Amino acid sequence: MATPLVSIENVDMRYGGPEGTLAVSGLDLKINRGEFVAVVGPSGCGKSTLMKLTTGLHIPQSGTVIVANSQVTKPVSIVGMAFQNPTMLPWRTTLENILLPLEIVERHRHRLRAHKADYIAKAEALLETVGLKGFGEKFPWQLSGGMQQRANLCRALIHEPELLMLDEPFGALDAFTREELWCVIRDLHASQDVTIALVTHDLRESVFLADKVVVMSARPGRIISEHVVPFERPRQLDLLYEPAFNEMVQKLHGEIATARAAA
Amino acid sequence: MTTTQIAPPVATAPKPAFKLNWVQLSPVLYTIGLFVIWEIGVRLSGLPHTIFPTPTRVFEAIVQYWSPIWKNSLQTLYTTVLGFIIAIVAGLGIGLFIGWSKTIYAGLYPIMVGFNAIPKVALVPILVIWFGIGTVPAVLTAFLISFFPIVVNVATGLATIEPETEDVLRALGAKKLDIMLKVGIPRSMPYFFGSLKVAITLAFVGSVVSETVASNSGLGNMMASAQSNFNVPLVFAGLLMLAIEGIVMYALMAWVEKRMTGWAHRSTMSN
Ligand SMILES: Nc1ncnc2c1ncn2[C@@H]1O[C@H](COP(=O)(O)OP(=O)(O)OP(=O)(O)O)[C@@H](O)[C@H]1O
Ligand SMILES: [Mg+2]
Repeated sequence: MATPLVSIENVDMRYGGPEGTLAVSGLDLKINRGEFVAVVGPSGCGKSTLMKLTTGLHIPQSGTVIVANSQVTKPVSIVGMAFQNPTMLPWRTTLENILLPLEIVERHRHRLRAHKADYIAKAEALLETVGLKGFGEKFPWQLSGGMQQRANLCRALIHEPELLMLDEPFGALDAFTREELWCVIRDLHASQDVTIALVTHDLRESVFLADKVVVMSARPGRIISEHVVPFERPRQLDLLYEPAFNEMVQKLHGEIATARAAA
Repeated sequence: MTTTQIAPPVATAPKPAFKLNWVQLSPVLYTIGLFVIWEIGVRLSGLPHTIFPTPTRVFEAIVQYWSPIWKNSLQTLYTTVLGFIIAIVAGLGIGLFIGWSKTIYAGLYPIMVGFNAIPKVALVPILVIWFGIGTVPAVLTAFLISFFPIVVNVATGLATIEPETEDVLRALGAKKLDIMLKVGIPRSMPYFFGSLKVAITLAFVGSVVSETVASNSGLGNMMASAQSNFNVPLVFAGLLMLAIEGIVMYALMAWVEKRMTGWAHRSTMSN
């Protein structure tokens, strides 16, 4: 593979001025085109910060972030991001919320009016894949927390981003819906030419979905280890009950426990 | 496994055919009560009409002087609403401008507060020097006194966008203008419509104050001249008309607010 899509080199990020919180320090990470990377680590270690650095929402005080061959100095436009807490706009219906990125992203905003029907059909298809068929006309505050998260996922996908950043997208979901959405993400990754970075606290989720699991240290966060996931694709949910799978989950669990204790 | 048939819920007891809705009636009842207490209090104390007239005497005055009262009420309503409309336009414009950036907000806010601290009554003489007495200073006073709450509310709505929401749009490459159009302005609308209720009441204060000191028409002027003739019932009649206009306009603004920003009252909409 040629140059990686995302390349983070020796990055330090401090919040709130020189005396503020050092969130990440000496961060190094490469994500290849088409790869699925999962990021795990103790709470507050800088995982969300890593996502925001990659999308250009924060600019690091030192080190370089390179996405698609150019250094990130402002928000990059090729990403879709689902944030930790779903931030739906309460005055728009769920469908209108999902269409929001199309009104912003350069590539789509000029085509939106002429191709409105196509885009709406696409949004409705997305809603159907996440199990929200028929909820497009509802307002976000009429949906449950888990339903909002699923709508949030649709919003991240609607403009077909090259790089998808998911920050704990399944946090508020029950086990069954969660597994269902794992399969949605898995199939999306398999069928499209998309690179995905997923932050999660669920180690089984990370091993099931990712090509590579990255473990971060406690704050200030840096990468302490990378594990290539050996299981073949396409993966089925049965994998969750195989000994090799659980062994890997256990190993990751041990590493994070040590990282927490070291803090 | 046995399946138990669940009986259909028994129909609830039939509602009594006639039941008073006390909550809905209470504003009327309380108002009547207020007038009754007023009437009895004045009669018992034996105060003359020239000091504190009874409500019946005030209503008599309303009937007796209906033509001037009606004319002056319309005039006051006209100056107030005109000043209020200018305040809406200017308030929205200045509010959007101030809320646009944190720097403008920080720089202009103290100036606005200082301006608001000036008693607007003190400006009436200046307005009279510039525009003469009559409708114009009344409209301008209503405008000056009512546009501040609109500005503050619109600006605050814009300046307090949640950083997470802003991040969602910025991550998509949104410009400042996009963020304002898609989030800032819709978000500040509940603040804006909420401020209209405050602003309309203030607008009445402004126009009446100006009419009292510098006009030949309007309820303020009517009350001032009634007072100099010791026609106290007519003064009270003017106050009553002002109260009625104020309540009607307030109710109208509350209705508009509810219509335009239903999503902000979401908990009350679910039932
Ligand atoms: N906007 C901010 N201002 C100041 N400090 C911040 C800000 N955002 C995050 N931090 C700090 O940076 C550190 C890393 O935060 P971050 O949100 O990246 O953690 P995280 O790994 O995503 O945690 P979690 O798993 O709980 O979501 C935390 O200690 C936090 O206190
Ligand atoms: Mg986080």
